[in-house]
Amino acid sequence: MIEGILIGLQTALSLKNILMVMMGCFFGTIIGMLPGLGPMTAIALMIPITYGFEPSTGLILMAGVYYGAVFGGSTSSILINAPGVPGTVATAFDGYPMAQQGKAGKALAIAAYSSFAGGTISAIFLLIAAPSLSKISLAFRSPDYFALMVLGLTAVSAFSSKGQFLKAMMMVILGLMLATVGQDSLSDITRFTFNNMNLTDGISFVLIVMATFAMSEALTIILKGKDPSRATEQISLSELGSISLDKDERNKMLKAIPRSSVLGFLIGVLPGAGATIASFLAYGMERNYVNEEEKQKFGKGSVHGLAAPETANNAACSGSFVPLLTLGIPGSGTTAVMLGALLGFGIQPGPRLYMTNPEIFWSVIMSMYIGMVILLILNLPLIPYIARVLATPKNFLIPLILFFSVTGIYLMSFNNFDIFLMIGIAVVATFLRLYNFPMPPLILAFVLGGLMEENLRRSLLISDGSFNFLWDRPLTAIILAFTIIIISWQAFKSFKK
Amino acid sequence: MRISTDKIISLLFFILSVFYLYQTYQIQVFSFDEHAPFNAKTFPTFLAYLGMFLSVLYVVLPEKNPSIVNHKVLDYKSSLYLVIITIVYGFVILKAGFFLSTSLFLFFSYYFLGERRWIWMFILSFPLVAIFMYLLHGILDVYLRDPLLKMLGIIG
Repeated sequence: MIEGILIGLQTALSLKNILMVMMGCFFGTIIGMLPGLGPMTAIALMIPITYGFEPSTGLILMAGVYYGAVFGGSTSSILINAPGVPGTVATAFDGYPMAQQGKAGKALAIAAYSSFAGGTISAIFLLIAAPSLSKISLAFRSPDYFALMVLGLTAVSAFSSKGQFLKAMMMVILGLMLATVGQDSLSDITRFTFNNMNLTDGISFVLIVMATFAMSEALTIILKGKDPSRATEQISLSELGSISLDKDERNKMLKAIPRSSVLGFLIGVLPGAGATIASFLAYGMERNYVNEEEKQKFGKGSVHGLAAPETANNAACSGSFVPLLTLGIPGSGTTAVMLGALLGFGIQPGPRLYMTNPEIFWSVIMSMYIGMVILLILNLPLIPYIARVLATPKNFLIPLILFFSVTGIYLMSFNNFDIFLMIGIAVVATFLRLYNFPMPPLILAFVLGGLMEENLRRSLLISDGSFNFLWDRPLTAIILAFTIIIISWQAFKSFKK
Repeated sequence: MRISTDKIISLLFFILSVFYLYQTYQIQVFSFDEHAPFNAKTFPTFLAYLGMFLSVLYVVLPEKNPSIVNHKVLDYKSSLYLVIITIVYGFVILKAGFFLSTSLFLFFSYYFLGERRWIWMFILSFPLVAIFMYLLHGILDVYLRDPLLKMLGIIG
């Protein structure tokens, strides 16, 4: 392994590759900040550029873009409540309220430190445990994945809905329903398209996110513009605040980082789980760890609530490289794009990768750590400038949010049907948000819908239509037991009131 | 008896679930797949019943904290303007091209939100869109359909 690390360091520390990581982090941050343009879009845009490079250089550039875009996504979540990627949805829960309280600088600093710490810790885990960790993900079967997704959705509904569990669960079902629109992945039969060709490929994830977050947020701000109770909120939006953290904030952040790093990395290793589930579970887990007084601050600008998902989503990014590099199975949508790029280079990732192409395997791992350092050096000094987005007057900011949202959608399909669909969904989402129907459960359900159906299909086919698969394997039963505990706890809380 | 808006939304969700179930039964699966343990209808059927169950549960159970929205303080007029401008933008973009339609969309959005600083309104519409187009079209090589600029010979 020492030999591999040295090979990796030699490749990653070449001037060309360091420049690539820097460029990747910088462009990734800028692209990730724009609502609608997340890591997947950023990496996809880089693929044609990387074909002129050696495979290791190309992958290093894409890894830099990935981390940069995830951090950039957190920035837009915190500043304008418009997560560009699902992995940063949980960041908005406490990051955005902090920004509204005039602590945008602090929120961005916490996000930068937590991302750095989460990424660094998990890069070390990856370095030490990459080969053996792949065995853990091999132990997971379809029923376990299905159970894990049910647990993730239940946990999100329980923790993000502020006592409105049933409303959140209805949003989960709505998200899953939206995910079924389009062609069935196995039989290619079209479902719920109403003979509209534009719906054959389903509804794009970016469209749903833009409609339910960015556009709906813009409409809500305008709608509540005359509400006197929102006056302080708007005044504080123009305050940038300091980026330095006091002792109490540092202590809270340092408590959240280790546990969220471990959780994020382990979730990231599981193919399909990725940064989204990791950030939501870390948020939920952190809420359970803190005392009752701190628990009340969740959703209102808690340091714990911001540091935990930020640490976990970056840790999961490193974790998601484990199945990609060792099994050839992408752990997330973004690593799926990277898998496509690797295949374009003529490289087949899998257990033999670090024997046949050790320089690629180890240099990517080493460049992750270098990328983390560069990201921190690059982003912390830029925070006061990034936070100036908040100082933009509402009359300019709202149309600009709409511009990036609508343009992001239009650039994906060059079709105005998507614009109309987005407006329709945004209007409904704005109305639902007025009545406290939470949107994050809908987003997560939409992302996981396809995978959930796929794993349920495999489980039911293996068990010949019987639901015994839910308790046949101890791992599935344990995961489902956790789900039942969460539902029972919510029911108990509801009746206790 | 007065029913809260939250419960009305749940009732609407129940109707949506029933409609979804009806549409699920309209899905034409292959004949050999009809009695398979899992086909294209299975997952949507579960979702429809689960949606119906949850919405009924919400309607039936006593409500502890119904959402209260003060409609008098909500600015429906400006929101409606923005929605209409975006719909018009959707219709115009394919005909007038990206540059003109997007610039006008931004300019009129600022105007309808009450902005009257004309210089800033101009800078943050036409030049901003031009820079954005240059980044996408000129540097990243992302194709942008613009018949107007093509006719003027500005883009290829």
